Amino acid sequence: MKKYLLISISGLLFGYGLSLSAMLDRHRIINFLDVTGNWDPTLLYVMFSAVLVTVVFFRFILKRSTPILDNRFRLPARKDIDAKLVTGAAIFGAGWGLSGYCPGPGIAAMTLGSMNAILFTLAFVTGSLLCSYYSRKVSG
Amino acid sequence: MNLTIYMPAIYGGFLIGTSACLLLLFSGRIAGLSGIINGILTPEKNEILWRVVFITSLLAGAAVHYYFVNHTPFTNDTPSPLFMITGGVLVGFGTRMGGGCTSGHGVCGLGRLSLRSLIATVTFMLAAIATVFIFRHLFHII
Repeated sequence: MKKYLLISISGLLFGYGLSLSAMLDRHRIINFLDVTGNWDPTLLYVMFSAVLVTVVFFRFILKRSTPILDNRFRLPARKDIDAKLVTGAAIFGAGWGLSGYCPGPGIAAMTLGSMNAILFTLAFVTGSLLCSYYSRKVSG
Repeated sequence: MNLTIYMPAIYGGFLIGTSACLLLLFSGRIAGLSGIINGILTPEKNEILWRVVFITSLLAGAAVHYYFVNHTPFTNDTPSPLFMITGGVLVGFGTRMGGGCTSGHGVCGLGRLSLRSLIATVTFMLAAIATVFIFRHLFHII
């Protein structure tokens, strides 16, 4: 129970932070990506301060042998750079530029009653399932 | 440089970073939104409930700020179904293929000093910048 309470607090902070930092406004994201136009640096400040916190504290957290309320850390194990990583990131970037939403802000903006965010989220789910179907087919 | 107008962005970023730290410290999980959503779409045993709790709380946190606290002016958003559908499909496909998004690779991966995440972050930033350039300055449609 305590475990889920802390997960819930993490989720609340994340959502509150996304709205506070205006990341639910997809036009700000597109204006951030528009480096040759009327550039909006908001996202840079959000990203910089978020990464500052994780860079400083992750190293101490990961020195522990286990998390406080679980038996092990579940971290990505892969270290190699492969074509799927780069291709996937490039496809994601193209979609991010077209819509102005990445997954977090896209789902969070649904709470604003935004039809665009709802459509984005449905399309996101479709794209994710397509990728899983496609990779199962390719791997046999 | 006047940082005052960017203070909400800086505080918001601190909250997002703190959220990622709490999730890692207490539950040992990465606060990557695409991974969390994909884990609900393709469920593994005992890995569903925490994801649903996290996403539901994230929606609640955003709603609390937006409806009860928000003073940030929003850009007027007109419906653009074509960009939402093509963009959304590409984001869903690409984040699953590349194993992460702005939060997983960006906020958490860079926090872990992961080379894979650094390469993914630089790639999706450049791809997004190129896409906006093409569709805004060459085609004038976004």
